[in-house]
Amino acid sequence: MGSLFKHREIWLAAAIALMVALVAVRFPAFATPARLLSVFNDYSILIVLALGQMVVILTRSIDLSMASNLAFTGMAVAMTNAAFPEVPVAALIVMALAIGATLGAFNGILVWKLGIPPIVVTLGTLTVFRGATFVLSGGAWVNADRMSASFIALQRGTLLGLPVLSWFAIATIAIFYLLMTRTSLGRSVYAAGVNPTASVYAGIDVGRTKFVAFVISGTVAGLCGYLWVSRFVIASTEVANGYELSIIAACVIGGVSIAGGVGTVAGVVLGALFLGIIGSALPVINVSPFWQLAISGAAIILAVVLNARGEKRQGRIILRKAAA
Amino acid sequence: MMHTTVNDHAKPPAGATVTPLLTLSGISKSFPGVRALKDVSLALYPGQVTALIGENGAGKSTLVKIMTGIYQPDAGQIAIDHHPVDLPSAHAAFKQGITAIHQETVLFDDLSVAENIFLGHAPRTRLGLIDWKTMRANAREVLETMGAGHIDPDNRLRDLGIASKHLVAVGRAMSIDARIVIMDEPTAALSAKEIEELFLLIEFLRNAGKAILFISHKFDEIYRIADRYTVFRDGEMVGEGLIAGTDQSEIVRMMVGRAVDHIFPDRTPQIGDTLLSVRGLSHPTEFDDISFDLRKGEILGFYGLVGAGRSEVMQAIAGMTRTSAGTMALDGRPIAPRTAADAIREGIVYVPEERGRQGVVIGLPIFQNVSLPSLGRTSSNGVLRLAEEFALARTYTERLDLRASSLSQDVGTLSGGNQQKVVIAKWLATQPQVIILDEPTKGVDIGSKAAVHGFMAELVAEGLSVIIVSSELPEILGMSDRVVVMREGRMVGVFDNSDLKAETLVRAAAGIAE
Repeated sequence: MGSLFKHREIWLAAAIALMVALVAVRFPAFATPARLLSVFNDYSILIVLALGQMVVILTRSIDLSMASNLAFTGMAVAMTNAAFPEVPVAALIVMALAIGATLGAFNGILVWKLGIPPIVVTLGTLTVFRGATFVLSGGAWVNADRMSASFIALQRGTLLGLPVLSWFAIATIAIFYLLMTRTSLGRSVYAAGVNPTASVYAGIDVGRTKFVAFVISGTVAGLCGYLWVSRFVIASTEVANGYELSIIAACVIGGVSIAGGVGTVAGVVLGALFLGIIGSALPVINVSPFWQLAISGAAIILAVVLNARGEKRQGRIILRKAAA
Repeated sequence: MMHTTVNDHAKPPAGATVTPLLTLSGISKSFPGVRALKDVSLALYPGQVTALIGENGAGKSTLVKIMTGIYQPDAGQIAIDHHPVDLPSAHAAFKQGITAIHQETVLFDDLSVAENIFLGHAPRTRLGLIDWKTMRANAREVLETMGAGHIDPDNRLRDLGIASKHLVAVGRAMSIDARIVIMDEPTAALSAKEIEELFLLIEFLRNAGKAILFISHKFDEIYRIADRYTVFRDGEMVGEGLIAGTDQSEIVRMMVGRAVDHIFPDRTPQIGDTLLSVRGLSHPTEFDDISFDLRKGEILGFYGLVGAGRSEVMQAIAGMTRTSAGTMALDGRPIAPRTAADAIREGIVYVPEERGRQGVVIGLPIFQNVSLPSLGRTSSNGVLRLAEEFALARTYTERLDLRASSLSQDVGTLSGGNQQKVVIAKWLATQPQVIILDEPTKGVDIGSKAAVHGFMAELVAEGLSVIIVSSELPEILGMSDRVVVMREGRMVGVFDNSDLKAETLVRAAAGIAE
């Protein structure tokens, strides 16, 4: 099965390359490295969020509250910056991570200790966190003129020719790659997702693993709260409204099985980039936004069909054994 | 559709000459690596209860699945009223009037009683919609003829007890004019009073001329309700006849007497001091007052019928479930594992029965399966040391002679026997003192069975202690130094395995007096 999913990532990369090539036929400028890097930068936040979501989905859960968590944390950070411009941005980032992690832990506790299905818990907190954003801000916006220069500038600066925002995404990808392949936590996440019963017998605390997964998704949502408000220089109650669906779409297109246990960092990054190319390339060739939505939707269904086919092959595979 | 031969007697006279309603002849069925049924035959007579008796793995469930159209036989013939029939699907069997009532009913918890009875053949109105009024009335009528008028057709099935669910299942059988009713261990989850009610119902079905197949492990029930018996052993039919005039021990002998098909490893036990001592271990609902000692270098067998509580005791010892009373000590030191991780740390591992669900993690490579409970040792501060993980996996899979092209291969691509080796390697890698094997050779081929047995012998030779839970008598007798027998959640005896007879164990497990 491992090779099958390697194939899937290759297919996805090929699909992305094909789309880029098709667009480049009409607009050669689209396929330039600079333009592609800017697509990557534009979709950095989605990549980071989707990686957090992936960990949760791998444990047979789902986090619908990520976008609301992002909005709340973004608002809290922006208001702090507006009220105390002297607080360094680094401290605000730590604050964003901490708030995000706390909200994630709240989801995690409900799932772990009360055994409420994750979809119900996070459907609730999706509204709760969004409502809390409203309560916190009184419905008011934090605009560019109330944000400090360094708050806005940090992620727009460049390092070694790449925007800092892209470096955030690259660092997150690296951290998640190591987390999923080189740590016992990552291993527990996969094991608990594929076979929770066997994992319990092997001494893995499946509930606690889910809790940690929610803390991780919350933490990245918090980080993205800062990244989002500083990038779009506005914090409002409507920030990232409905974005949870794009996050989940990136995971599913990237080959993460909603049934848990299957999915890779590379796949999720490609899944997010796939959405990125659709979102950036189609407007260039004057495809209407409605078609963009239809194409994203078709990609999701195709990904699920491929997933289902992949999972069906779990049988005894008698023929292949005989051939070997 | 009711059959014409209706017996007014509680039991037909011995040797009654009735023609069988359903006959199976020459039925064979193989699964990859396992021959489940070999040329078996079975006859069910109208108005009679036939008990199907056999150890676990004797082929009873396979036969039921063939009769209900779920499996297709490789060879053989099924005939109803002497006409050969084909049962290509569950629906076809249903059409032929064959219905099965299982240990856990296969009804729909969230539908009403009436809907359950008439699902798939509900009365319709002229517009093709379900005629609720008629359906309710018919359901009430069916239940009343069965003496089950106390069940409200509008009740949700979920709100009924198991005994009432059985009544609904029988009601369903009545409503489709089923002529052949299969009851697969229907009493397993029932109280004594509910069993009495079920027996009344069986009497009712018998008097209505149905042919009934009754599968049970319990001899008292068989002798109470059955007219005939058929005994299966290792996928073969080894005897049949009338219950009246057949001695219980004769049936027990048929069940266990067998040709030796497998040589168990020859070993000289080197038994040391007590390693694990369990005293008065109890669980609120599953088992009571379990006490035994496991000595160093010993193989202790746990025998009993399915549902005797053996696995539950083992899960408690392995920290999987909480107990209400009792103590455990390892090497004289009191222990109280609260999680599987605790037990593993103490050196007690439990290799669960259901390999697929509880053992291997399909989708992960072999080496990751092996290292799963040992991740604490192959990582530091949560960071894995992959080389060590591989080395650990290689050491233990080689010891078990695992056949795989690569340790990075998905464990799901291995055969059942090799998967079992991965599971055992996984537990050995934790370096346990006590290893509990629950049905370690269930559903594996003979070669892998021998490998597992040989390995158990090696383990105890190295000073480990092994508990083996098995429902296979030859395995228990061939491997154990002592045998604990459990029945209905309690210990009924501890036997030294010298000149121990299979009959003795079966009697103890089934509660038959000598």
